[in-house]
Amino acid sequence: MKPEEIGILIVDDEASVRDSLYQWFRADGYRVETADEGAAALKRLQETSWDIVLLDIKMPGMDGIELQKRIKEIDNNIVTIIMTAYASVDTAIQGLKDGAFDYITKPIDPDDLSRLIRNAVEKRRLITENIQLRQHIEELLLPEEVVGESPAIKRVMGMVDTVARTDSTVMVLGESGTGKELIARAIHSRSSRRYFPIIAINCGAYTEGLLESELFGHEKGSFTGAMYRRKGKLEMADKGTLFLDEVGNVSEKMQMDLLRVIETKKFTRLGGDKTIDVDFRIICATNKNLEKAIKDGSFREDLYYRLNVFSILLPTLKERREDIPLIAKYFLKQYARSMNKDVADFSAQARDAFIGYDWPGNIRELRNAVERAVVVAKGKYIQIEDISFPFPAPAATIAEGVESLEEMEKRHILKILNQTKGNIAQAAEILGISRLTLYNKIEKYRFRRDDLNKQYL
Amino acid sequence: MPFIYIVPIELKDHSFLETLEGLISDIFQRRTKRGEFKINLQDVFDVKRSQYNSSLVLQQLIANPPHDAEKILGVLDVDLFIPILTFVFGEAQLGGTGAVVSMHRLHNRFYGMAEDRELTARRLLKESVHELGHTFGLIHCSQPGCVMNSSTYVENIDQKSAEFCPLCQKGVKKGEDTRPAHRLFTFPWWNKKG
Repeated sequence: MKPEEIGILIVDDEASVRDSLYQWFRADGYRVETADEGAAALKRLQETSWDIVLLDIKMPGMDGIELQKRIKEIDNNIVTIIMTAYASVDTAIQGLKDGAFDYITKPIDPDDLSRLIRNAVEKRRLITENIQLRQHIEELLLPEEVVGESPAIKRVMGMVDTVARTDSTVMVLGESGTGKELIARAIHSRSSRRYFPIIAINCGAYTEGLLESELFGHEKGSFTGAMYRRKGKLEMADKGTLFLDEVGNVSEKMQMDLLRVIETKKFTRLGGDKTIDVDFRIICATNKNLEKAIKDGSFREDLYYRLNVFSILLPTLKERREDIPLIAKYFLKQYARSMNKDVADFSAQARDAFIGYDWPGNIRELRNAVERAVVVAKGKYIQIEDISFPFPAPAATIAEGVESLEEMEKRHILKILNQTKGNIAQAAEILGISRLTLYNKIEKYRFRRDDLNKQYL
Repeated sequence: MPFIYIVPIELKDHSFLETLEGLISDIFQRRTKRGEFKINLQDVFDVKRSQYNSSLVLQQLIANPPHDAEKILGVLDVDLFIPILTFVFGEAQLGGTGAVVSMHRLHNRFYGMAEDRELTARRLLKESVHELGHTFGLIHCSQPGCVMNSSTYVENIDQKSAEFCPLCQKGVKKGEDTRPAHRLFTFPWWNKKG
C-alpha cells in the first residue's frame, strides 16, 4: 500500500499533539486528519474510511477506551493505537484487551513511532489482503450451482443450510447421478471449514489395501512400492471435510479402522508409529441400502450410527421433473461456452422430450445428453433430432411402465433373435457378445423356438 | 529576487554555515543569504523536558519574513522537540516557507564519541536539505540514499546522501539559476555517505 492510500486519524484534545502528529504523518505522505474529541472522531469515521486511528486515552467527554470500543463497532478491522501521557498498567491492559494494536506513552521516540506506524500499516495491509483473498477464494470455492426450484430440491437445500453450520457427520443418500458429491461440496462451502480443503475419496474404487494407504498414508518402506512417505487423505483433510463416496462398499476391516479414526480423530500412517491428530468433518454418500447391509452383516451397525447422524435423501430427477428444463439450460450454457458454440436454447419439442424422459441415470445422464446435443447441434436451438437417449424412447417407456434391466435385456435379445431368424452367430455379432454368452443368456431366460414368433416393439 | 535565507539562532559556532550556504545554493540552484532574525528561545523552552519546542521556533522564524525570502532555514544548537516525540532533528512546513534544524544531536559528542567536524557538517547539510525539501512540498521518500528518506536516528542520516533521487529532484521546483558564476563549485565530500 502506498502511503497516500493509508488514512490516519488522530484523536487528541491537546492541539500541540494533534498538530505535531499531523505534520509528522503528512511528511510521510499519509492521508491525515485530526479530531479534538471522541464525538468528532466518530463523525469523521462515519464520513470516510480510516485505516489507523491514534487516540488519546484521557479526553474530556468520551475517553479513549470508550472511543476505541465504538470505533471497533463501526469497523473491527481499523487498527487502533492508544496514546497516553500517564501510563498505567490498568488502562494499558484494558486498551489492549479491547483490541488496540499498541499502547504508547507520550512523548515517543521518533524511531519507535516510525516503526509502530510501519507495523500498523503492515497489519492493515494484511487485513485488507486477507479480506480480498477470502472473497477471491469464496468465489473460486463456489461449488457448481445446485440448480432447481422444485419443492424437493428446496427442502434438500434447507437441510444443507441447517447442517452446514454444525460439525455433524452427514450421510447423503440418493440414486447414482443425483448429485451426492455436489451436495457434500455445498455443505462444505457453507461451513466454517470452507477455507480448508474438502477431500473426496471414492471408497468403492479401491481395493482394501489401497484404500487403507489412500486414507491413512504410509511411511517409506511400509510395504513393497512404498518408496516415499505419503500423506493420506485423512491428513490432507485436516481442518476441512472428508467426503467418503460409496461408503457402503468399504470392507469390514476398513469399517473398523474408519470407526476408530472417527471416534478418536487420531490415526497412524501405515508402517508408522507416530500418532497423528486430525480434525475433520465427515460427509459420506452411498446408494446402497445400509439398513439391509446391516441386517445381512456386511455393514457394521456402530459405524452406521456414527455416519448417519444427519441424513439427506436426494430426490431422483424423475421426482423433480419441473427442474429438468432449468438444469438442462444450465448445462447447455456451460457446454455452449466451453465448446464456443452459439447454442442458445432447446426447441419446444426437445424440451418436452427431456421432460418426458425418465432419466434413470439422473443428472449425470442429463448432463451427458445435453453435452452430446450441444456437440451435434447445428443451429441456435437444440432440435429433437440432436437428442438421443440410451434407453427406450420416452413415449414407449411411459406407455409400458417401468421395466427392470433384466427384462429390457430379455426383450432386446429376443428382438435381435427374431431379426436374425434364430441365427445365433449373427445375433451374437449384432449384440456384441460371444456366442457362448448368448447361449448362456438364452438358457437363463429360457427362450424356446416358439418365442421367436412373438413380436416385440 | 528570491533567496533561501540561512538564519543562525543563538548559534555559538558559525563556521559550519559558510560551507552550508554554498552547498544549499548549489543543490537548490538558488541564491542564499545569511539572515539575522530576532528569535526568543526562552519563550519556547519547556522546563519539564529541558528542550525547545521546534514548532514554536518555526512560528517565530516565519512571523516576519523578509520580502526577498523564498525559504527560511533556521539553524540552532539547542535540542528540539515536538510534543508527541522525544526529540526532532528538525522541522519544516510542508510546502511552506520555514524550516529549522538543530545541531544538538548531529555532533558525535552527543553520543559520547570523539567530535568529527566534517561528519557534523555533512549531517547538517543532509538535514538542512531534507527540511528544505519539505518546504518544496516533498514528502519522505522510500528510496534508500535519497536525502528525503526519513531519518529517525543519527545513523539514518549517515546512511543517506545529500542528494535527491531523480523523482524528488523533479519535485523541487526548478527556479531561475540566479547564482553568481563564482559560486558554481562543489565540495568533494558533500554527497558522500557517512
